[in-house]
Amino acid sequence: MTPMAKKNLQAVSIALLALTASGSLAAFAVPLYEIFCQVTGYGGTTQRADAGDHVILDRVMSVRFDGSVDGDLPWKFHPVQNTQTVKVGDTALAFFEATNLSDEPITGSAAFNVTPYKAGLYFSKIACFCFTEQTLQPGETVQMPVTYFIDPDIADDKKLDDVTEITLSYTFFFQGIAEGKGNEIHAGLKTSDMGLGDISGE
Amino acid sequence: MVTTAHTHDTHDHGHPTGLKRYLLSTNHKDIGILYLWFAGFAGLVGFLMSLAIRIELQEPGVQFLPFLTGGDLNAAYQLYNSLITGHGLIMIFFMVMPALIGGFGNFFIPIMIGAPDMAFPRMNNISFWLLPPSLMLLILSLFMEGPPGAAGVGGGWTLYPPLSGTTGHPGPAVDLAILSLHIAGISSILGAINFITTILNMRAPGMTIHKMPLFAWSVLVTAFLLLLALPVLAGALTMLLTDRNFGTAFFEPSGGGDPILYQHLFWYFGHPEVYILILPAFGIISHIVSTFCQKPVFGYLGMAYAMVAIGFIGFIVWAHHMFTVGLNVDTKAYFVAATMVIAVPTGVKIFSWIATMWGGSMEFRTPMLWAIGFIFLFTVGGVTGVVLANAGVDTALHDTYYVVAHFHYVLSLGAVFAIFAAFYYWIGKMSGRDYPEWAGKVHFWLTFVGVNLIFFPQHFLGLQGMPRRYVDYADGYSLWHEVSSYGTYITGLGLLWFFGVVAYTLLAGRKAVQNPWGEGATTLEWTLSSPPPFHQFNELPQIK
Repeated sequence: MTPMAKKNLQAVSIALLALTASGSLAAFAVPLYEIFCQVTGYGGTTQRADAGDHVILDRVMSVRFDGSVDGDLPWKFHPVQNTQTVKVGDTALAFFEATNLSDEPITGSAAFNVTPYKAGLYFSKIACFCFTEQTLQPGETVQMPVTYFIDPDIADDKKLDDVTEITLSYTFFFQGIAEGKGNEIHAGLKTSDMGLGDISGE
Repeated sequence: MVTTAHTHDTHDHGHPTGLKRYLLSTNHKDIGILYLWFAGFAGLVGFLMSLAIRIELQEPGVQFLPFLTGGDLNAAYQLYNSLITGHGLIMIFFMVMPALIGGFGNFFIPIMIGAPDMAFPRMNNISFWLLPPSLMLLILSLFMEGPPGAAGVGGGWTLYPPLSGTTGHPGPAVDLAILSLHIAGISSILGAINFITTILNMRAPGMTIHKMPLFAWSVLVTAFLLLLALPVLAGALTMLLTDRNFGTAFFEPSGGGDPILYQHLFWYFGHPEVYILILPAFGIISHIVSTFCQKPVFGYLGMAYAMVAIGFIGFIVWAHHMFTVGLNVDTKAYFVAATMVIAVPTGVKIFSWIATMWGGSMEFRTPMLWAIGFIFLFTVGGVTGVVLANAGVDTALHDTYYVVAHFHYVLSLGAVFAIFAAFYYWIGKMSGRDYPEWAGKVHFWLTFVGVNLIFFPQHFLGLQGMPRRYVDYADGYSLWHEVSSYGTYITGLGLLWFFGVVAYTLLAGRKAVQNPWGEGATTLEWTLSSPPPFHQFNELPQIK
C-alpha cells in the first residue's frame, strides 16, 4: 500500500465513522424515541407502575375520560363515567365500554395519552385494557377497566401546580379480524381480578 | 490515483473527447462543469414551477392552474401542491447543492488546495451520474398518481406523514420521490467522502489546515454535515417507504407509531441541510469580498471556526421547526436559546466581511455586487430568523408567509446570489472567456429588484396571517400577492438575461487572462491559465 493510499484509507475511515454514527442514530430512532417519551412523558405519554402504597395527598384532581374509534374499526367505544375526582396518590378504577357493531370477531388496540401533556409523567397506570389487544365477538359489549393513580411526586413539580384536571384519552384502532372463535383474554371481563373495592366515580 | 497522475507526467496523454469525455469523465473540472450545467437545467425547471405558482397566486381565486389541468379543479389543487413540493426539492437537491458543492466545489477545491484532482476521481463520476436518474424519478413522480384521482406528490418538501403516507397519497408518486431522494442522498454522501479525503490528504506541501482557503474550509465542514445528516433522512424516508408498502407502522398511530417521530428525524436532517446549502456560499463570498477589497479576509481563523461552530450548533436546534407539535415549555426554552446562539457565529461572519470591506480599496465589479447583495439579503433573512426563533412568536407565525419570506431571503436570495457571484467571479477561469461587465451588472440589478419585490411583501402577508402552501386566499391579501408576482416576472426577465449572458460569454466572450482581478485574488486558481490545463499541478505548488 502506497503512503497516499494509506492516508486516504484513514480519511475514508473518518468519513465512514461519521456515516455510521448518524446511520445508527437513524436505525435506533424508534427505541430511542420510545425511551425518550417514557422518561419525559413527552406528548402526554403515561407511566406504567405496579400497585403499591403511595402517599395520599389532600390535593384533589379531576380526571376526565375520552374514548374514540378510528374510522376503520366498526366498534362503539366510550367511557362509562365522564369524570372522576381522585385524591393524588389514591388508586382509582374507571371503565370504558366497547361494542362490536359488526358480524365478525374483531381485534382492536387502543392508543392513549393524557392532556395536558406535562401531566403524562405523573399519570401512572397499574392495569389497563390498552396494554394488550382486545378481541370482541360479533355484537359483544364489554366493559374495559383501567386502574390508575396520580403520582404524588406531582406536588413537587412547580410546573404542574396549575393542573387541576387531567384528560385521559383513548383511540381504538383496527388490528384485524380475529381468527376462529376463541379469545380468552377479555381483560374487560375480569374486573374481579382488579381487586379494587372503592371507586370514587361520579 | 494521485500517484498514477504523477507517473504520467508527460503533457499529452490523450484524454477522451466529445461525449465520452463527459460520460466517462474522471476529471474534476469536467465533472464540475457537468454539475453546473445540471444545476442550471434543474434551476430552470424549479424556476418555471415557481413561476406557475406565482401566476396562480397573482389574484385571488384559482384561475391559472385549472387551465393547465383542463378545467379539473381538484387536479389543479393537487398540481399546486405538487408544484410547491417539486420547487422546493428541485431547488435544494438539484440546483443549490449541485451548483455550490458539486459544481464550484469540484472545479475549484482541488485547484485551491494545490491538488491535481480529487482523491477518488471515479467515485466523483458516479456521484454526478447518480443525479440525473434521481431528478428523472422526481419529475416522473409529478405524473404518477398521488392522492386518489390526481397526480404528483403534494406533501411539501418535508413529506410529513400522514399526508405523505397511504392516508394522503396512496398512489406511487411518493414512492418515486422517496427513491429519488435516496439516490440523491447516495450521490451527496459519495461526494462528501471524496471532498473530505481530498481536503485532508491532498493539500499542497506547506498548506496547513490553517492556511487553507475559506472555500475549502466551508466545503470540508459541509461534507461532514452531509455525512452526519443524510443517513437520518435516509432512515426516515425508508421508514416512510416501509410504512407505505410493507405494513410497518413507524409513523402510524394505529400500530403504535407516531408521526411526530418523522418530524424529529426529518428536521434532524433538515436543519443541518440548510447550512449545507449556505456554508459553501459563505466560503465563496469570503474570497470575493477579499478579492475586490484587495485585502486578506478579516479574521481568517474566526471565519473558519465560525463555520465549524455553525455546523455543530446546526445539529442541536432542529425542534425549532416543530414549536407547534406540543413540546413542553422547557424543551421550547432550550431550542429557542440554542437557535439564537447560531446568530453569534453567523454574526462573526457578517461583521468580518464588513470589516474586510472597511478601509479596503473596493472595486464594484459584478461578482462584488452579488457578494454585497448576498451579505445584505442574508442579513435580512438572518434577522427574521431570530424573530422566528422565539417559540411564542413562532406559534403565531408558524407555516405563514413570514416563514416563506425568511427562508427565501437566506436561501433563494442568499445561496442563489452566492451562486451568481461565483459564476461571474470564476466564469473567465472556467471557460477562458470573459463575461461582458455591463451585462452582468444589468443581471444583478434586475435580480436584486425582482427578488426583493417577490419576498419582502411576503413578510407582510405572513404577519397578516396568510398561511403557506395555500392555492387560494382571501381578497384582503391580494395587493401584496400581486406585487410578489410582479417581482417574479422581473426576476424571470433577469434569468432570461442571465442565459443570454452565458450564451454570449461562451460563444463570443473575449479571451480571459490568467488573473483579471489583480492583487486581491490570491488563491491558487489565479496562478493557472484560463481555462486551466486539463491536468494542473504536475509539480505541486509550494505554499509558504
